[in-house]
Amino acid sequence: MADTKIIVNCETGEVSEVELTAEEIKQREADAIAYAQAKADEEQAAAEKAEAKAAIADRLGLTADELALLLA
Amino acid sequence: MANTYVKIATVTVGAGGAASIDFSSIPATYTDLVLKLSARGTTTSGARDSLFATLNFNSTSTTYTVKVVRASGGTPSASSTGGPTGGYVDASNFTASSFSSTEIYVPNYASSNAKSFSIDSVTEQNATGWDTIMGLEAALWNGTAAINQITLTLDYGNFAQHSSASLYGISKS
Repeated sequence: MADTKIIVNCETGEVSEVELTAEEIKQREADAIAYAQAKADEEQAAAEKAEAKAAIADRLGLTADELALLLA
Repeated sequence: MANTYVKIATVTVGAGGAASIDFSSIPATYTDLVLKLSARGTTTSGARDSLFATLNFNSTSTTYTVKVVRASGGTPSASSTGGPTGGYVDASNFTASSFSSTEIYVPNYASSNAKSFSIDSVTEQNATGWDTIMGLEAALWNGTAAINQITLTLDYGNFAQHSSASLYGISKS
């Protein structure tokens, strides 16, 4: 079954349901890829930050719990 | 406090689901807009789907600035991103017939300045296995035209049957 979109015309109140165009499907796929990439970048940045914190704690001879306590 | 709270339009998704919900030709006669969404997604990929509210067909990532605070089971986290945003909806892995709740508030939507808007979103799950998630977002869209179109889409799946969205206009007097 083809994907459809629901369009509500707020001036007239008319509601219509139409199939997505090829261009819209393409855009939708591109948006999903861009979002997944942004999310992956965000997770990688968070992981790198956590790794850097752990390295500092290690140099100071602190456990992760002790570091968290100091930063709280 | 708003003196008027007028429903502009409402839509409920039918049996076939829907890839997107478009509110078009939004009149510029109100002061603020409020969009309330009760939704469930069709994806089985993960615990939830991400909702995007695209304004005036503008999906260019750099025209949106978004600050997010979210919590799901563990320690809350925060991030700063770009692109259309809108919170979260239940995935089909969640309890049958459960729906997420989202409110998007857009003050001064018809102004000729950039528009800030807020999003309050929470998923619903009534069994163990998946954590629910809540998100609070502060967003800015750099567009200077009045907002006359809001398009709701999901990251992975479609809107499931019985999802519903209502758009309200609020006037200052």
